[in-house]
Amino acid sequence: MASLKELAAREQKLAPGHRACAGCIPALTFHQVLRSAPGHVVASCATGCIEVVTTIYPYTAWKIPFIHNAFENSAATISGVEAAYQALKRKGKVTKDIKFIGFGGDGGTYDIGLQSLSGAMERGHDMLYVCYDNEAYMNTGIQRSSATPFAADTKTAPVGKVRKGKKQYPKNLTEIIIAHDVAYAAQASPSFWRDLNKKVEKALSIEGPAFINVLAPCPPGWRFPTEMGIEMGKLAVDTCFWPLYEFENHKRKLTYKPKEKLPLSEWTKHQGRFRHLHQEENKHLLELAQQEVDRRWKELLFLCGEPA
Amino acid sequence: MSKIMGLSGNEAVAHAMRQINPDVAAVYPITPQTELMHQFAEFHSDGLVDTELVLVESEHSAMSATVGAAAAGARAMTATSANGLALMWEIVYIASSLRLPIVMPVVNRALSGPINIHCDHSDTMGARDSGWIQIFSENGQEAYDNAVMAVKISENKTILLPTMVTLDGFILSHTLERVEILEDNEVKKFIGEYHPETSLLDVDKPSTYGALDLQDYYFEHKRQQFEAMGNVLPVIEQVSKEYGKLSGRDYGLIEKYRVDDAERVIILMGSSVGTAKDTVDDLRNAGEKVGLIKIRVYRPFPYNALREALKHVKALAVLDRAISFGTFGGPVFTDVRAMLFGNGVSLPMMNYIYGLGGRDIDKAQIRLAFDSLKDVVKTGKVKKEVNFLGLRD
Repeated sequence: MASLKELAAREQKLAPGHRACAGCIPALTFHQVLRSAPGHVVASCATGCIEVVTTIYPYTAWKIPFIHNAFENSAATISGVEAAYQALKRKGKVTKDIKFIGFGGDGGTYDIGLQSLSGAMERGHDMLYVCYDNEAYMNTGIQRSSATPFAADTKTAPVGKVRKGKKQYPKNLTEIIIAHDVAYAAQASPSFWRDLNKKVEKALSIEGPAFINVLAPCPPGWRFPTEMGIEMGKLAVDTCFWPLYEFENHKRKLTYKPKEKLPLSEWTKHQGRFRHLHQEENKHLLELAQQEVDRRWKELLFLCGEPA
Repeated sequence: MSKIMGLSGNEAVAHAMRQINPDVAAVYPITPQTELMHQFAEFHSDGLVDTELVLVESEHSAMSATVGAAAAGARAMTATSANGLALMWEIVYIASSLRLPIVMPVVNRALSGPINIHCDHSDTMGARDSGWIQIFSENGQEAYDNAVMAVKISENKTILLPTMVTLDGFILSHTLERVEILEDNEVKKFIGEYHPETSLLDVDKPSTYGALDLQDYYFEHKRQQFEAMGNVLPVIEQVSKEYGKLSGRDYGLIEKYRVDDAERVIILMGSSVGTAKDTVDDLRNAGEKVGLIKIRVYRPFPYNALREALKHVKALAVLDRAISFGTFGGPVFTDVRAMLFGNGVSLPMMNYIYGLGGRDIDKAQIRLAFDSLKDVVKTGKVKKEVNFLGLRD
């Protein structure tokens, strides 16, 4: 594992000066993931915030080979790149060792790109897929996705007089990918950089398909002050809304257990999308959200062989 | 030295693929293309190709993986039919805009709905504006020859555009024919090694593919695609000539059959051309001045060649194996008519839609088209422009 100093000294694969919003944690996620991969990397990214802010022609922030194909096919695209690498390496036309990382937001991964990702994971390509989950379609202006938390306010499931935001609990994508029995899968957060760094290193060192789901707080989408992104990630983990764990050799393992499990409201209270949950008449919604977090956390502890 | 084999159209194209030996092939089943990739997968399992097979979960991913592989500097192929092509649609356009020389056999099948698995050209017709070269095949031999030539055409440095090689579903894909295939090393030498100028795997010279292209550059890039398409026809003619030297089979952009002194001519594409040639022979034997033109290269449209070929013709019927709703005729008809009008030629024209969903076309139907042109020659007038052949009233 690299030290912070070492990581900071590494050559940047993604240049600064791209057009992400102030306080963009998805952009930080990309930096952390790419800094954790010191060798040659080829990356793909689904249509979405990061693709848009890093590649406005004739500029590119990518200092490594990069491909954006479409919204739903980052995984299929990078799987084709990896297949080309296997073929050309076998023929001696490519001699260097290269790693392949596909990126996508939650819209491009949980929703429209799920089939493409499932296919790539099932086929067993030697690649890593990183989902930067900012919990809604942020690039198109904050529409709900299957990753959006329960009761969150978005443009397509807004809080109104009768309806109070998203009706469903978020899809558990990490477990869906684990069900593919992949070589490696994990949930991570850039607020825990050491943990994320370790997971990326591990994912790239293991042969076969790997997946890391990173919760990437979005200041305009979640409506919190731009300087609070790291704090938002930390609270998501400490409330057990976003547990940090990994799946390796067919087993799950918690990589971080909060000393004190905070109530979900500690996380929601800073975010405009949950403002209504903190009004008296919507208290029951916050309770429901808390119950679901507790249920999932308990289940995960069981799956990880941890005491409840 | 070529080898004579009894092959179905699908097998013939699979042999072309074996000899092309692409670095990557994405495989997904759809009738009637399925057996093409069965055969290729057998070649793969027997170690006859070095190809990396990507056994995808949909045609959308087939084209996506093919784009990824081609951008990584690989010679990449996939194959499909009908709804499979429709599912790829979005990425079909991206493949051409990224200027990736992918070759894709398309086994023509009617596009749903209603669902139907048999031949017509509605699938590839929908992709005629997608920036792909489209070459139609009359028989299994041509499908094989076109697949081999397509690699060299697409990879030409002045072009770098993808190519669809089409063959009619079932009628060609599943029919055993006499097919001459070249020696493996002849094909290898003919297509040569592929050396892309940029590649995702060139880590020392990193490139960004698929950048966001807004108001200030998108238009210029579309213009570049337009210009590249403009370079295609002479390259096809050149490649066909070289291929003719090697194989003894020299193809033009179009094929004229007994057209030189013909008064009445029909234009069509694909497997029905054989039946139509037979009909022309019958009518010629009866002293009628008829002929036909086969369009082999449909995109880019062989504008000049067709104009020249039609100079002396008195009446024309275009047979379309696809229907276009809300226009004034089938796609080939409207293309030919626009071409003639642009040249100030007022040639009376009829359009016959035929063979949709695999409906058989026979000599009687084609004869009917020729017969109906007699009156047009006489009067110089067309009573009804869009007509149907072999259809219940």
